Amino acid sequence: MRRALPAAAAIALLLSPLLLPSEFYVNIAAQVLIAAIFALSLNLLVGYGGLISLGHAAYLGTAAYLTIGLVTRAGFGQLPAALCAVGLATAMAAVFGLLALRATGLGFLMITLALGQILWGLAYRWVALTGGDNGLSGFTRPAPLGLALTSPRAFYLFVVAVFACAFVLLALLARSPFGAGLRGVRDQPRRMQALGWNTWLIRYAAFVIAGFWGAVAGVLFAYYNQFISPHVLGLTSSAEVLLMVIAGGAGTLLGPLAGAAVVVLLKNVASAYVTRWVMLLGIVFVAIVVFMPEGLVPGLSRLRRRRRAAGAA
Amino acid sequence: MTAALQIEGLSKSFGGLPAVQRLSLSVAAGERRLLLGPNGAGKTTLFNLITGDLRADAGSIRVLGTEISRMRPHLRAHLGVARTYQVITLFPQDSLLHNVALALLGRSPLRWNPFVSLGRRAEVRERAWQVLDRVGLAGAAERRLSAVSYGEQRRVEIAMALAQDPRVLLLDEPFAGLSREERRDIQHQLAQIPRQVTVVMIEHDLDVALSFAERITVLHHGELIVEGNRAEVVADPRVQEVYLGA
Amino acid sequence: MRFWLVQSLNGLALGGLLFLLSSGFSLIFGLMRVANLTHGAYFMLGAYVGLSVLNAGYGFWVAVAAGAAAIALLGGVLERVLLRKLSGRTLSQVLVTLGIAFIISDASLLVWSGDPMPLPMPPSLTGAVAIFGGYFPRYRLAVVGISLLVAVLLWLLLERTRVGAMIRAGVDDMEMARALGIPVPRLFTAVFCLGAALAGMGGVLGGPILSVYPGLDMDMLPLALIVLILGGAGSLPGALLGSFFIGFLYTFGQALLPDLAYVILFLPMVAAIALRPKGLFARAA
Repeated sequence: MRRALPAAAAIALLLSPLLLPSEFYVNIAAQVLIAAIFALSLNLLVGYGGLISLGHAAYLGTAAYLTIGLVTRAGFGQLPAALCAVGLATAMAAVFGLLALRATGLGFLMITLALGQILWGLAYRWVALTGGDNGLSGFTRPAPLGLALTSPRAFYLFVVAVFACAFVLLALLARSPFGAGLRGVRDQPRRMQALGWNTWLIRYAAFVIAGFWGAVAGVLFAYYNQFISPHVLGLTSSAEVLLMVIAGGAGTLLGPLAGAAVVVLLKNVASAYVTRWVMLLGIVFVAIVVFMPEGLVPGLSRLRRRRRAAGAA
Repeated sequence: MTAALQIEGLSKSFGGLPAVQRLSLSVAAGERRLLLGPNGAGKTTLFNLITGDLRADAGSIRVLGTEISRMRPHLRAHLGVARTYQVITLFPQDSLLHNVALALLGRSPLRWNPFVSLGRRAEVRERAWQVLDRVGLAGAAERRLSAVSYGEQRRVEIAMALAQDPRVLLLDEPFAGLSREERRDIQHQLAQIPRQVTVVMIEHDLDVALSFAERITVLHHGELIVEGNRAEVVADPRVQEVYLGA
Repeated sequence: MRFWLVQSLNGLALGGLLFLLSSGFSLIFGLMRVANLTHGAYFMLGAYVGLSVLNAGYGFWVAVAAGAAAIALLGGVLERVLLRKLSGRTLSQVLVTLGIAFIISDASLLVWSGDPMPLPMPPSLTGAVAIFGGYFPRYRLAVVGISLLVAVLLWLLLERTRVGAMIRAGVDDMEMARALGIPVPRLFTAVFCLGAALAGMGGVLGGPILSVYPGLDMDMLPLALIVLILGGAGSLPGALLGSFFIGFLYTFGQALLPDLAYVILFLPMVAAIALRPKGLFARAA
């Protein structure tokens, strides 16, 4: 009973955007959740693994390109295309991980950045394959089990379902022995080795799992936009998701969701009122570092505890 | 009988500066060996070479007959090598139970499971609790490591090393920074170590160390100077020169 | 033959600009362990400031000085107010430096609009010089010369002055430097200002070659990071060699295989790190 109540509340909260009158906001909500899955995937690497990647957009972008390309150019069915997209992007993560994990810290950052830039460059120039700067279009959303996803509300429901799966599985991972080991390796790799943990393999597994969920977000991204262009694979894209994770609170479960919400809302909602929303976003980031350096979610819960303590005193 | 730890011709240099030079020593199974030597003698470097934190330039290291000098560090732990560090390198933000659990999981297949909740794994909690109970810290099991005293943290560290069920236990200055009473606690803990575990200890506090050790190896500039029992070592003029002359 | 000579000069010129960008970046990281991801924005903003100074009627070299000074000032303020307390806290560094980059980038868009603008080169350096039967643009020769001059001056600073000795000590071993009584906070600010000034100056000097446009910051930042990795943190010879190597690689890549330019640029770096994770010129850590 104790666990059922917060879970029910969470589900209610997730479903609430369906009640919004304007479809514009339902779309925003879908974007937030897609970005949240993307951020949750990177959080596994950055927050729990302590490995800062500046090339995570590679998996989202590749999966999105494959989803759209296989359907519109190669005549694949929707489900095979989605499965291929996730499978191949994850396989790419498995290969990239072998390279990236030759180093940690700055070296790791650089290799992930480099691999991302290589993919971006290829997407940009290999016009025959990727449509170059024009990207790939002409894609329509699938209809899984007969449920058409063309309407924003139907699509949102679909995204909620995928998000819920991702969240639950990643939450389980965080609390699992594997998750504990990953965090231990982040904090004291030598000690963990001395205790018998295979530090490289744990990091590698986390890298591949992060790539997998990034790819899942990529498929959803393709469904949402029904279009893909090289920009998605670029440095700004990878930097943006990294900032979502850090701003929201790296190493927490709700942090990535908060970070995703901040960025997406500023980008899509604030931009209607504030032309200089990019500057505003930058100011928000700087403010977070100054006032809540551990991130929004840990920072807010710290404030809440202090209020409670002050109230009790 | 196979020595628990057999080192032959072990060498390691750092950019031209030799830290360990053609070192050979042998520790019998179940022995309590003390490593002495002034700072920079190569004692901790030797430990790092045994655990795999450092790669030797030359020489061999055998644990119970198995050559480990090319083995990756975590595999050496699986073979039965455990150690403590000069500086406590545990997890201060986590509970004592969690710290011990990480030690217990290090050699368990459960550590690869990403689906079950660790906190609800009764058998892990039980065993971790027992490990803490054996050192009298069961009452603090749920408290953060940073919230208990330094002496208690040391005891947790040694308990974790023992929880690995090691064949060879390396203790790097376990008494450093402890009060008189805390030293007694550690001494008591060390006396409880099962006989079949071979213990090699680095220590500067000679009072407690000499009472623990059966044989003593003295290192200087990465080389073995003297080896013998307590009486032999204390009387040896070379040892006196190393500690008083140099 | 002429093709190779021309491209080589282009490569050298780009390398020189990269050196101005990355030497500061490398020193800042080597000394303060801060990955200043704003550095690309400093380069871009310097160029914009230079452009405005030129449009106001001042000479080219005044613009260069103005660009350097403005960015030095900005960098110093940001270091003292924001970055000082973030040593060792990588995630916060990433967030704040990128946040500032966003602010600078958007503010630039506001002030200077989004059109790419070439910076006019000084009249004295227009045209070409005839060497070995080929014509080489004077300006690019000048850029190479200036960056080499800066390299020499930096080397003199680091190797022959007390301040330089303090910087080198700090790069090698911060704890020891502190223990020796080196005024670390002031040194940090000074080095940060110097690095920022170099970036700003590089931006103005690069204006006639690269133009100034929104996105220049994110185009330059990865290059600075590559040079840092290849050259090693805090190493001036490393930054110099790395910059010219990347300058050549990028120029020839663009000229010969434009479709694979990014692959040519980044793949060697991936190989380098994968084979020698500690960096090619890196010292201890």
